Amino acid sequence: MSDIRLEGVTRRYGTFAAADQVDLSVTQGEFVTILGPSGSGKTTLLSLIAGLNRPTSGRIFIGGRDVTNATAQERNIGLVFQSYALFPHMTVLQNVLFPLGVRRIGGAEADRLARDALKLVRLDGLENRRPSQLSGGQQQRVALARAVVFKPDILLLDEPLGALDRKLREELQVELKQLQRTLGVTTLLVTHDQEEALSLSDRIMVLDKGRTQQVAAPTEAYLKPANRFVAEFLGIANFVSLPDGRQGVVRPERVRLSAGEQGKSARVVEAIYLGQMVRYHLALDGNQTVVAAVPFLGTAHAPGERVSVSWESADVWPVT
Amino acid sequence: MTRSSGFSFIAPLLVLMVVAFNAPIVYMLGLAFWEKGRGFTLEHYEGLAEAPVYLRVLGNTMRIALIATLANIVIGYPLAHWMRGLGSRGRMIAIALVVLPFWVSILVRTYAWIVVLGNGGIVNRALQWSGLTDAPVSFLYNELGVTIGMANVLLPFLVLPLFAAMIRIDDRLLQAAASLGAPPRTIFWKVYFPLTLPALAAGALLVFILCLGFYVTPAILGGGRVPMISNLLDTLINQIPRWEQASAISTILLIVTLLIFAAYRRLDRKASA
Repeated sequence: MSDIRLEGVTRRYGTFAAADQVDLSVTQGEFVTILGPSGSGKTTLLSLIAGLNRPTSGRIFIGGRDVTNATAQERNIGLVFQSYALFPHMTVLQNVLFPLGVRRIGGAEADRLARDALKLVRLDGLENRRPSQLSGGQQQRVALARAVVFKPDILLLDEPLGALDRKLREELQVELKQLQRTLGVTTLLVTHDQEEALSLSDRIMVLDKGRTQQVAAPTEAYLKPANRFVAEFLGIANFVSLPDGRQGVVRPERVRLSAGEQGKSARVVEAIYLGQMVRYHLALDGNQTVVAAVPFLGTAHAPGERVSVSWESADVWPVT
Repeated sequence: MTRSSGFSFIAPLLVLMVVAFNAPIVYMLGLAFWEKGRGFTLEHYEGLAEAPVYLRVLGNTMRIALIATLANIVIGYPLAHWMRGLGSRGRMIAIALVVLPFWVSILVRTYAWIVVLGNGGIVNRALQWSGLTDAPVSFLYNELGVTIGMANVLLPFLVLPLFAAMIRIDDRLLQAAASLGAPPRTIFWKVYFPLTLPALAAGALLVFILCLGFYVTPAILGGGRVPMISNLLDTLINQIPRWEQASAISTILLIVTLLIFAAYRRLDRKASA
């Protein structure tokens, strides 16, 4: 178990910077998510930490040790790929035994550790299957067991749930969170899925074009985005003008609808039923559109209806 | 469409297969068990057992085929591995260079080896110039020349399937192995090599079987002094002629080949189970 520290980490390909002066500090046992659109440099950053790639400049520390120039096998990192990268010619058990064999742990000791790790991801009983005989979710669990069985200093997850369908993804999110808490291992997850980032992590690092946009707790990043990019990338953002001329962001849940006269008048353009919530796309006078999300309580406004829209000034966060 | 009407569509093809391919083989196999006027006999096989020269030629053929196959593996595996590491442009050039000999007649290639390996050829001149030898080394008209020639002709049969298997290996598997702490040597032997093994075995087997029946190269580079089974068959059919004896030898060769193939299938099934 260790902390991670990045200092001015930069990776250039020609003139293009996939990672540009990135600083990050992850404390021991923390779960941090690197969130960004595709091409933001998040996978590059992960491969730099894993040692599969070398930074052009900057330093990387794991557990206080400078590993900037260490190879991947010297870093003692558990890495889970989006594609799982299970060894197809080995059984589930052999896959999990692999990192132990490399560390010269063998016999009954290795067998016990591997079976414990498989039990932890609820795969006991499937030890002798081949990866090709498992479902996507099961393969993901094998990859996870293989990455934690040797008690790595840190755990790196590259879009680990990206290839799974929605329901399974939500199930595995809960399991992943529990597993991480049980092991207490410092974890860095890379994803483009903002819901995943918000639900799993202690802190989020939002990345765009290789640069850090914000590092904050999920609620803070969502309600107090550092800039326009973060506001738009994390969920839906309504941009409104503040009295001092600046722009502010209001989240859809903070927008109130009423039939009365106490707010701005608006027309319902679209009403989207989402189960617990209804999302309204509203046209205010003067061509401005606002999105509101309100609990669904049996009835909803129909498109074309006129409603009154309001929000508290405390719910508006100024952004640049 | 019913099953029987489907059969009527393939029936002409089936008849063609049986008449054009299977019947001659059955006839060839039967020839060894048949004596005109006397019916079934095993005397041609007894004749094989009594004249040890036949079995010696068979053994000789197997040995040369094995050496040529091993030489193919030793050259072909590193070559295919090196090609995998090239960029897409380099790969295309490398594949073209490997495939190029296919476009040249095997006869031309084999005669080219005479020029290269002869006493005044480039190899001997280089050896003498570098001072490694004083007198020319005889590469031609012996087993060495035959092995070199066969290894060269058959190399693409090993390299191409091997290369295809190697480029299918996901780089992330190797990265995963590295991240799990495996040093390069372990990654190669525990992950990379096992994943190429089925293709290597299939390619090597193909080369071996092709070696067993090779005619042109042993005939030219061996100069009649390296008896291999197909050259023996040629003698038995065209010069002596003793077709029954040739048929008996062919039968044994076919059985040996099928046994090797069965062993491979069993290995392959075990590997993929």
